[in-house]
Amino acid sequence: MRILYLIYDYIVSNVKSVWDVFSHTFTKADTVEYPDEMPYLAPRFRGRIVLTRDPDGKERCVACNLCAVSCPTDCISLQKAEDETGRWYPEFFRINFSRCVYCGLCEEACPTYSIQLTPDFEMAEYNRQNMVYEKEHLLINGTGKYPNYSFYNVSGKAVSGRKKGEGVNEAPPVDVKSLLP
Amino acid sequence: MANIEIDGKHYEVKEGENLLEAILGLGLDLPYFCWHPAMGSVGSCRQCAIKVYQDENDTRGKILMGCMTPAKDGMRIGLEEEQVSDFRDHCIEVTMANHPHDCPVCEEGGECHLQDVTIMSEHTTRRYRGKKKTYENQYLGPCINHEMNRCITCYRCVRFYKDYAGGKDLAAMASRENTYFGRHEDGCLESIFSGNLVEVCPTGVFTDKTLARSYNRKWDLQTAPSICQGCSLGCNIAPAERQGKIKRITNRYHGEINGYFICDKGRFAYDHINSDLRLRDCFVENEKTSYDEALQHTVKLIGEAGSCIGFGSEKASMEENLLLKALVGSKNFCSGMPAAREQQLKEVLNIYKNARTELISLKALEACDCILVLGEDLMASAPRMALSVRQATRNLSFELADQTRIPRWQDEAVRTLAQNERSPLIMATVSGSELDEIASEKIHAAPAQLTAFGFAVAASLEGKTCLPEIAETLAGELTEKAKSVAAQLRTAKKPLIIGGCSLNSLALIQACGQIATALSRARSNGTVFKTPVSFVLPEVNSLGLALLLDDHTLKLEEAVQKGSEKAAIFLRADIYKHLPFEVAEKMFSSISSGISFSELPNRTADKCKINFPAASFVEQEGTVVNNEGRAQRYFEVYAQANPSIKEGWRNLLNIAKGIQGSLAQAKPLAELACFDDVSHFVRNSAPVFSTWDQVAPDSKFRIAGMKIPRQPHRYSGRTSLQANIKVAENKAPEDSDSPLGFTMEGAPTQRPPALNALTWSPGWNSNEAINKFQDEIGGHLRGGDPGVLLLREKQGEDLQFSFTKAQSAELVAVSQSRLFDSCELTVLSAALVQRADIRVAMLGEATAHKLGIQDGDLINIKVGKDGISLPALIDRSVPENLVSIPNDIHTQNELSAALLPAPCQIVRAVS
Ligand code: SF4
Ligand code: SF4
Ligand code: SF4
Ligand code: SF4
Ligand code: FES
Repeated sequence: MRILYLIYDYIVSNVKSVWDVFSHTFTKADTVEYPDEMPYLAPRFRGRIVLTRDPDGKERCVACNLCAVSCPTDCISLQKAEDETGRWYPEFFRINFSRCVYCGLCEEACPTYSIQLTPDFEMAEYNRQNMVYEKEHLLINGTGKYPNYSFYNVSGKAVSGRKKGEGVNEAPPVDVKSLLP
Repeated sequence: MANIEIDGKHYEVKEGENLLEAILGLGLDLPYFCWHPAMGSVGSCRQCAIKVYQDENDTRGKILMGCMTPAKDGMRIGLEEEQVSDFRDHCIEVTMANHPHDCPVCEEGGECHLQDVTIMSEHTTRRYRGKKKTYENQYLGPCINHEMNRCITCYRCVRFYKDYAGGKDLAAMASRENTYFGRHEDGCLESIFSGNLVEVCPTGVFTDKTLARSYNRKWDLQTAPSICQGCSLGCNIAPAERQGKIKRITNRYHGEINGYFICDKGRFAYDHINSDLRLRDCFVENEKTSYDEALQHTVKLIGEAGSCIGFGSEKASMEENLLLKALVGSKNFCSGMPAAREQQLKEVLNIYKNARTELISLKALEACDCILVLGEDLMASAPRMALSVRQATRNLSFELADQTRIPRWQDEAVRTLAQNERSPLIMATVSGSELDEIASEKIHAAPAQLTAFGFAVAASLEGKTCLPEIAETLAGELTEKAKSVAAQLRTAKKPLIIGGCSLNSLALIQACGQIATALSRARSNGTVFKTPVSFVLPEVNSLGLALLLDDHTLKLEEAVQKGSEKAAIFLRADIYKHLPFEVAEKMFSSISSGISFSELPNRTADKCKINFPAASFVEQEGTVVNNEGRAQRYFEVYAQANPSIKEGWRNLLNIAKGIQGSLAQAKPLAELACFDDVSHFVRNSAPVFSTWDQVAPDSKFRIAGMKIPRQPHRYSGRTSLQANIKVAENKAPEDSDSPLGFTMEGAPTQRPPALNALTWSPGWNSNEAINKFQDEIGGHLRGGDPGVLLLREKQGEDLQFSFTKAQSAELVAVSQSRLFDSCELTVLSAALVQRADIRVAMLGEATAHKLGIQDGDLINIKVGKDGISLPALIDRSVPENLVSIPNDIHTQNELSAALLPAPCQIVRAVS
């Protein structure tokens, strides 16, 4: 038994491997001639990170810090600020891509669909300092993968253009002066 | 003790305590909202459901509210049984039905008790599809934000604000499920304890507006244990920093002092640390220099002068004051306080140390059932103490509850039972105080009369008739009142005398001492009765500085005089505050070799040749001694990047190192290298400091070889925050002077209370996690409440004080304490400055009438050569022939409060 096994292990499997390699000479290659040719990358590919906008064009990120706290390499930092109408936004938003491992946890944590990973991996730099992206480098002019969601529509908070009770599935504000049942 | 069984395991708990408290006390988890450890139970939220079985034979059991059920021996309890955990799950589901979807933009997020309880109750999926209720918000002032949608109607806010803290302007409004928690109209919350709503409210309805200006989550804030610098009580706080800025201050539980609550000054007065006005560079003769250069000049200056006068400060730590004293020698040391204040503090120490007195903590104060306050407006001079006094007056209601066998924690029932019955509180002050409303007796009189009143009480306690000169000073009615107060003090279970320095009167402190002696005599039979006393002192480290005073200590004016011949070091001291303006000007014109250490510009620093910027209390470690003689340490919250700003103690050691050749007494100091050395130096300097090592663990302290991290374990952005400046991360700053580290790595648990500022436990992200750190709910911190009592057990003797009649004057100016005053803590706080009252001179009706002054008139009050112009406020509570003026820092040429009380003249300024 053991003898048979050894024969298989040392002889047959080696011959089989050589045959497999040889036979691949005649199949179509999976690799492409990058950079002359671009490979297909699925939309859910985890590459360069962007910050997206609401359908109405407003910055989606509400500076909740959930991406930053979920990031295993701690490479996201931001500071919350607030406009006069109570809308939160990041005063700065920084990703140190030289640390990012493109795990996508930030995207998963984001409650507003703001932060998204994109099918772009061409980020190499000669100078590591250039791997630090600020908000102006991250913010794009569209909604990315999630076209219809707007956090403030469902949040219940009053912000510009949306008073209390005007959001999705909200009752008008309670009349505190009424004693009627 | 009661033996109970929880899910098959046996435990011992206190008989009669409520089961929620018992369960949390055992370290188990049970969700809750409406119960609060300091406020008891009302059973309104239904979240703390448990299964209770009558006895061995009971197989069905009943679902009961843990917080409303007293523990009985032999009880069997189901905590994790399916039926109750389902009940709690459904309960939170209903509670959450209307809750908005705004955690990402909620300042409470990440430290929210509602989030924690939702997860603890295992509610994960929302099924309710109906419309959500919404509410309009209110403007509640510069400190507190309001987002009413988030309310879960637990009623904690009003129970704290109205019932516990005596606030008037927050209430539950509207009816049935529309209940609204807010004010009758938009406006600033008036209570000086309003900031506690942030921590009391389990949701994000009330949040810290000052934090929201530049918000960070709890997990991103670096903290270290600290001590409030707002008054002499030494409440424990946790200042929190990110990116070199203090972002907020929260309460840090201390079982003997602040417990769960601090006042608004402690919470919101921190902008002075971040202020642009802070001094950041060293100056030599108005030339900007490096630290080393300034140090060289300093050494040269002192070397040339041959000796140096040192001015200490009540605001500086023990270490700084002591090192300064050692550096200059006791004959050249001055406390930096006016002579009168020095005398008062010495007398306070005398009464604490030598009389038959018992020093009591705020916690012990709450057990006193008859309190006499002599001359202190506690709401202004010691706010947290005022809150404790308020609780102490409830002792009668607890007695009534005991008689009717209602558990003390049945909050609503106890309050309904007692109605307005309160234990006696005698408020003897110059003018009205907010505590008057709960006082059984209010007395408003001039300081001289208050003193006489105190001596009259003492005389009556000893069964004597009071001396004729006392009777003469007292109005007839007060003599009678003194007798009844004495009777109450004699029969109370635990009486308490509160005095202080606010009125700047030595005689008044002596009156307290005399009452303490008399009461001790009257109540001692067989065993010696030690009278509980507590004095409110001017500043955070007043008592500590008083401990350093000796016979050689220079009087202020003497020291300034001498300083003109020699070099002089001013340690965080603005001497101008304490002297008549002309005197100060004259003296300072001759001081040519002044060296100042100050955080902010002030008039004394202006006059100095060499200026060093001083580190604030969050940028260095130090120890302060509170009004009860408790030495407590504060630690560096963040590493100061500016090389010119060094710890106060290090500055002094550096000077000592430079000067050791020419100044003999500097030699021993030059050998001290680190903060531990300094601590040992303090310990060995006097017997009173023999227990100094126990104040906090030294820098070598480790837990399993690890330091204690200042950052929470999920501190984010470590590799990105500074990446815009330099992408390669810098090494974290090292701290060789304390057992704390500037990173998130280190001992996760078992931190000793003196070193822990982070109230967090797995599953408990809000400050409610504190129950995991206490030996019993609402009790001491496990491992002992931080700090060391320096003035401990002593025998005590019959100290006698005598009454001297004050000179009578036509019109007397007295000082008035204000909480939100015009000193930097308030003025530089963008929020509190909006809440500061305008400065007014308060007069009684009769006096105003006599002088022809109307409400709002601008009047000029003159004491000697100094004067001040203030609008008049006519207040009925102010006694005749008295004008009460604010005691805060005075600018240019204004009257210094250190001169009060003093005869004065008033003229109406022509408008
Ligand atoms: S992809 Fe992963 S490593 Fe990169 S920023 Fe997001 S969470 Fe951090
Ligand atoms: S999780 Fe999303 S919304 Fe929140 S800070 Fe990150 S990008 Fe902004
Ligand atoms: S505002 Fe907060 S404390 Fe008050 S009832 Fe609502 S949830 Fe409770
Ligand atoms: S009572 Fe005094 S020590 Fe306590 S928080 Fe207020 S100001 Fe600070
Ligand atoms: S905590 Fe027990 S009912 Fe609310």
